[in-house]
Amino acid sequence: MSTHVPAGYKWWTGGKSPYNVSYGKLMMWIFLLSDTFTFGALLISYGTIRVSQNYWPDPNHVFNAFPLMGHANLPLAFVSLMTFILIMSSVTMVLAVHEGHKRNRAGVEKWLLWTILGGSLFLSCQAWEWTHMITGSHSVLIDGKIQEIGATITQNPYGPVVPGMLDSHGHAVTMPGPVGFGGFFFGITGFHGFHVFSGVCLLVLAFFWTRGGRFDRLGHYEMIEKIGLYWHFVDLVWVFVFLCFYLI
Amino acid sequence: MSNEAVIQHGTVSHEVHEHHEGHHHETFISKYVFSQDHKMIAKQFLITGMVWAVIGGLMSVLFRIQLGYPDAHLPWLEDIFGHWAKDGKIQPEFYYALGTMHGTILVFFVLTAGLSGTFANLLIPFQVGARDMASPFMNMLSYWFFVLASIVMLASLFIQTGPASGGWTVYPPLSALGDASQGSKLGMDLWLISMALFVVSQLLGGLNYVSTILNMRTKGMTMTRLPLTVWAILFTAILGILSFPVLFSGFILLLFDRHLGTSFYLSDIVLSGKILPNEGGSPILYQHLFWFLGHPEVYIIILPTMGLVSEVMSINARKPIFGYMAMIASMFAIALLAFLVWAHHMFVTGMNPFLGSVFVLLTLLIAVPSAIKVFNWLTTLWKGNIRFNPGMLFCIGFVSMFISGGLTGIFLGNSTLDIHLHDTYFVIAHFHIVMGVSAFMGMFAGIYHWFPKMYGRYMNNTLGYIHFWVTLVCAYVIFWPMHYEGFAGMPRRYYDYSNWESFKQFVELNKVISFAAILSFLVQLMFIFNFIYSIFKGRRVTSKNPWGATTLEWTTPIRPGHGNWPGEIPEVHRWAYDYGKDGMDFIDQTTPVGKDESKH
Repeated sequence: MSTHVPAGYKWWTGGKSPYNVSYGKLMMWIFLLSDTFTFGALLISYGTIRVSQNYWPDPNHVFNAFPLMGHANLPLAFVSLMTFILIMSSVTMVLAVHEGHKRNRAGVEKWLLWTILGGSLFLSCQAWEWTHMITGSHSVLIDGKIQEIGATITQNPYGPVVPGMLDSHGHAVTMPGPVGFGGFFFGITGFHGFHVFSGVCLLVLAFFWTRGGRFDRLGHYEMIEKIGLYWHFVDLVWVFVFLCFYLI
Repeated sequence: MSNEAVIQHGTVSHEVHEHHEGHHHETFISKYVFSQDHKMIAKQFLITGMVWAVIGGLMSVLFRIQLGYPDAHLPWLEDIFGHWAKDGKIQPEFYYALGTMHGTILVFFVLTAGLSGTFANLLIPFQVGARDMASPFMNMLSYWFFVLASIVMLASLFIQTGPASGGWTVYPPLSALGDASQGSKLGMDLWLISMALFVVSQLLGGLNYVSTILNMRTKGMTMTRLPLTVWAILFTAILGILSFPVLFSGFILLLFDRHLGTSFYLSDIVLSGKILPNEGGSPILYQHLFWFLGHPEVYIIILPTMGLVSEVMSINARKPIFGYMAMIASMFAIALLAFLVWAHHMFVTGMNPFLGSVFVLLTLLIAVPSAIKVFNWLTTLWKGNIRFNPGMLFCIGFVSMFISGGLTGIFLGNSTLDIHLHDTYFVIAHFHIVMGVSAFMGMFAGIYHWFPKMYGRYMNNTLGYIHFWVTLVCAYVIFWPMHYEGFAGMPRRYYDYSNWESFKQFVELNKVISFAAILSFLVQLMFIFNFIYSIFKGRRVTSKNPWGATTLEWTTPIRPGHGNWPGEIPEVHRWAYDYGKDGMDFIDQTTPVGKDESKH
């Protein structure tokens, strides 16, 4: 038996409908949807090239360094720290948005600063990781000779180990790995890092706007909320980047 | 430009007064250059698009001279183009650059930016009942990013090594290796930079279009009361927002390959006897990324014109559009399928035949919503009181072209047939008819129809009729024979066919095609003359609603100011297609529904 629904029946009874947003927030959502496709295309490209290769470096081996720890083997420890920092910065962002809803300017300023700190720390970590990889020196057998190379967008030292061959320090010598590794790793983490950098710039801008009383004059802190959406999105993208490069 | 001010002073004084109501004084720069008024931005897009159309059209005339008259030596060509046309003969590098730029310009700059930019900006705020776009500032940025993209692309025509020449799809490795050809050098970089700026322009525009349609509708304007133009633009904008970023990613990787030595698209290449170090990449990856945009792109071009045609046709048939909901549903189906069929451009790349057959199925499914739309247009015409003005003629021309070109799409969508037809003139004929000519027809319909709203004057009808008939006949004369050439195996993109025994039979036919191409180009110049002449000297519009249309843009003053409606924004009480209802010629959207009015 069909139930009759009266005209004008309100389907949504849970307070303010989540679809009832301002055009500014709507634009941000649509932009993020669009950016999802940008990252999606890059990650899928990475996936297709990676599965077409016979060999791909083991992330546990590639990402095993930690600042000031010398040659200690700490697989994924550093990237876990980076991820933790970025996720914590999302938490502080939530708190900033929350204070914005309460129109508490001092609270917004405080949590924005923490978020800026988190974002900057993440970028610093990335800078260290990149530098470590690029300037690293691994013994690789190229054209019959052992050469010391780091990982760049055009060369990859993390190839299969050459059986029974050791360099002068007694480390294993490898073959060059697939060059696509560096291109995709630096390309995609760089593109993500650029997003984080843009986010930090936006947050700094928002901090000074807040400080100048702009949002109090406007009567709402929606801008903080919009930047927050962007920030969480960048965080979410990192989760996928983390999954694709570090975990599998 | 100055005439515009004169015209305004010529109108009744209260209208001039209304124009400035609630707005600060506008300078020449803020009104005509960095304007944030959606109507002015629409005109800017339209006129920039027209400039590009002339440049792109002229290119096709030049390469048609080479194709039709491969033995001719025309000294004036050398006078103009120097060594690019040595001995009065278009050189191969020039020929390829012409073809590449013709495609790029027409697809992106004219039929995407020129078309969507014009009608989305003009019609969204007017037809949903908004004072302007959600963000007029971003709207302005969208136009100026398009201008930047245009400047970079135009600059690439004048550099020493010439513009990109690897085809409008810029497939690697040709596009990835600077040493691969003349056009792969600086011209290719400028092409990529220009397109990146273009993607930004599209994104800014698209965000605005969607949020304005969803958020800025006037009271009573429910989604199902929107005119089909707005629905069409909504789907177009969504397609653009979701597909251009993928192209953008593809271009980033291509730029990396070009300049930073990465191997995303490159592997095992020997160039001039030298083995390149690149390995592991795949040029097919680029094709996937490109066509993930490239296919939705053809719907980005055709969907807005479907909306324009539905609207103009209904008004001039004095009948409601047949199957309003079916029209929306079929546009939705087309927009959805647009994302699932890209690999039908790649049947011959060696893809898995099973995957190919999936793409065949999905591709052929598009015939269903397309056929629904054609059926609805024909039934809208059926027993209508048709007014055969130029706008309406172009609508009918659109439907004719869409049927002709759509049917050949079914041929190409079959992977088995496509193996034979791929990269032949059959493909050229197909896509020019279905998305080139028909999109232009739809666009012309829109221009003739909304010209009075844009400039307060009419375009000349006689010139309009000549424009239509010559364009229609020429379009068929140009593209119909190409189907036969394609069946005979004549490949596209070749510089000179006269040395192949099997294509000698087409020598005379190619002359005819070239002649028709030149004639149709000239008649477009006549259209542009009509356009410019009518801006200044056209017959004045004397009533608010000259076509007897129901939609909101015709409730604004003849020359609306920034803000569109002098007073309150009108409230909407009904859908946009109450034509010939209850013995009335039309009932506009702002009229409340009467007590004893029949339901539609």
